[in-house]
Amino acid sequence: MSPKTLYDKIWDAHVVHEAEDGTCLLYIDRHLVHEVTSPQAFEGLRMTGRKVRAPEKTIAVPDHNVPTTPGRDKHIDNEESRIQVEALDKNAKDFGINYYPVSDIRQGIVHIVGPEQGWTLPGMTVVCGDSHTATHGAFGALAHGIGTSEVEHVLATQTLIQKKSKNMKVEITGSLRPGVTAKDITLSVIGETGTAGGTGYVIEYCGQAIRELSMEGRMTVCNMAIEGGARAGLIAPDEKTFAYVMGRPHAPKGAKWEAALAWWKTLYSDEGAHFDKVVTIRGEDIAPVVTWGTSPEDVLPITGVVPDPESFTGGKVEAARRSLDYMGLKPGQKLTDIKIDTVFIGSCTNGRIEDLRAAAAILKGKKIKDGMRAMVVPGSGLVRAQAEEEGLAQIFIDAGFEWRLAGCSMCLAMNPDQLSPGERCAATSNRNFEGRQGRGGRTHLLSPAMAAAAAVTGHLTDVREFMAETV
Amino acid sequence: MDKFTTLTGIAAPMPLVNIDTDMIIPKQFLKTIQRSGLGKNLFDEMRYTQDGAEIPDFVLNQPAYRKAEIIVAGDNFGCGSSREHAPWALLDFGIRCVISTSFADIFFNNCFKNGILPIVLPQEQVAALMDDAKKGANARITVDLEAQTVTSSDGQSFHFEVDPFRKHCLLNGLDDIGLTLEKSASIDAYEKTAAAVRPWV
Repeated sequence: MSPKTLYDKIWDAHVVHEAEDGTCLLYIDRHLVHEVTSPQAFEGLRMTGRKVRAPEKTIAVPDHNVPTTPGRDKHIDNEESRIQVEALDKNAKDFGINYYPVSDIRQGIVHIVGPEQGWTLPGMTVVCGDSHTATHGAFGALAHGIGTSEVEHVLATQTLIQKKSKNMKVEITGSLRPGVTAKDITLSVIGETGTAGGTGYVIEYCGQAIRELSMEGRMTVCNMAIEGGARAGLIAPDEKTFAYVMGRPHAPKGAKWEAALAWWKTLYSDEGAHFDKVVTIRGEDIAPVVTWGTSPEDVLPITGVVPDPESFTGGKVEAARRSLDYMGLKPGQKLTDIKIDTVFIGSCTNGRIEDLRAAAAILKGKKIKDGMRAMVVPGSGLVRAQAEEEGLAQIFIDAGFEWRLAGCSMCLAMNPDQLSPGERCAATSNRNFEGRQGRGGRTHLLSPAMAAAAAVTGHLTDVREFMAETV
Repeated sequence: MDKFTTLTGIAAPMPLVNIDTDMIIPKQFLKTIQRSGLGKNLFDEMRYTQDGAEIPDFVLNQPAYRKAEIIVAGDNFGCGSSREHAPWALLDFGIRCVISTSFADIFFNNCFKNGILPIVLPQEQVAALMDDAKKGANARITVDLEAQTVTSSDGQSFHFEVDPFRKHCLLNGLDDIGLTLEKSASIDAYEKTAAAVRPWV
């Protein structure tokens, strides 16, 4: 038998039907649902008299629209947001799917709730009407975003019509240097390959630096595979994965656990498996990075300067000009001279407990800069509770951060947490697109530790100097 | 879904690279629970000022392009979120075809589910069509899905590739779910086998 990649193995285990032209019907093990991309899909089922084929494999949670301030379980002010959340309440009930309503402590960002509750397991196929479904690839699950028509398709048939992507390997060799995190890895990879570098591929991240990451860090890396254009990101499961999964509410137990573990241990790319594209980056070469523009590929080490648009080629010249104009930046300006108005720590990229620990470690005993607006939005109610138990919440509050309830919040600003025109934000989220965090808002993407450092100094800051100062 | 066979229409040039789904339809318009009515907010933040006045320079606000049915775009069109509101907004505006050197994967899929044809062509051919589109309303581009050709107003014709299954669905306006449900027996059989092999799923 010819050697297979991890992606090949998961794919092969889920093919229901293959047509002569290679179009496959792929079985879906877990379907995650949120309130923004699902109402039209449920409406489609109603109009055609169709049912949800596997409600026990379907998990819904409201996250995009929900306010992150108290009282939201009683009333949501914004009428359209309220209607969407109420529609999900009703659809979950009518179709009998698993549901974590706003009032449930387990509510949170769908990509944080799935792994936390043990819904996401190695070797599964996981889809959601959300591009950051790639997050679940950290478990060695084939996970990707789908549109609403496909949401309806999965609800009705528990399958997707798919053609197989190509295999891409991204290897991060060696170890990361102090102050460098999973976020810096994933941004640096996009900086290297571009936002279309992964188009048509499923990426497997591997190498020592990836193995050394925690599960939280691996989720951060896979989360942004989509920002590199890939259909999905994958990391082969190992002992860290199994330890994370074991004992979670929906993880297998007893004999089923043993059987699952035996299969999970076969989920790796075989020696000699073929990859269509390979990118290798030395872990030691990765610096703490920030974005300067309006595309996630606009990445530079924090020690850098704003680039000259003329230094690019093709369509990127005009795009970079437009970016600098939008961002209010000048070529040659030092990144560390860029002043910040707002700091946002949260999102499916960096809203997990380890992220809050990293930020709190920088903030302990410090205050945020005068006039700074800073907020922490934990990724789930359970992350929030754990952070409170560990004393992290108090560190954030003492430093001057707002301590919010769980949701997507300012990552995409569908709820009241938004930037004003010209407001400049250091954000641990995943997209710096024009208007993403609010019309005219300016976003710099970075790691939680870097975000915390910027909150204290009031400008983009090299967390390594900060670490040296605080020792 | 409406069929897509041939289309002759005005093409709007949008040479910017990495036009993302947040540009195509900003998040404040994702709160709808319907598919229709998003056309007026297509490219909203590029198209209107904060008080809702049209920005005259924006291509779809220019008299020549207000009735555009095709967009010729820079590289990596539709990157970002999975929101199907992006193709819904394009369709509601009247766009049935987007031509670029590359598309983001999820957006590309979503187009086919809505009767929109995304066409990938090499850089020099996209550049030729971009030049043609820049001539304005008199320069109409013709797309023939059956023949898999795009023809500019001055008669330059380019062949494009399209997945045969997707082509078949577009030409006939077929609903994927109906097609898949015809394979229910295969899904039943798969579930039975999977339950034995991976009972923990």
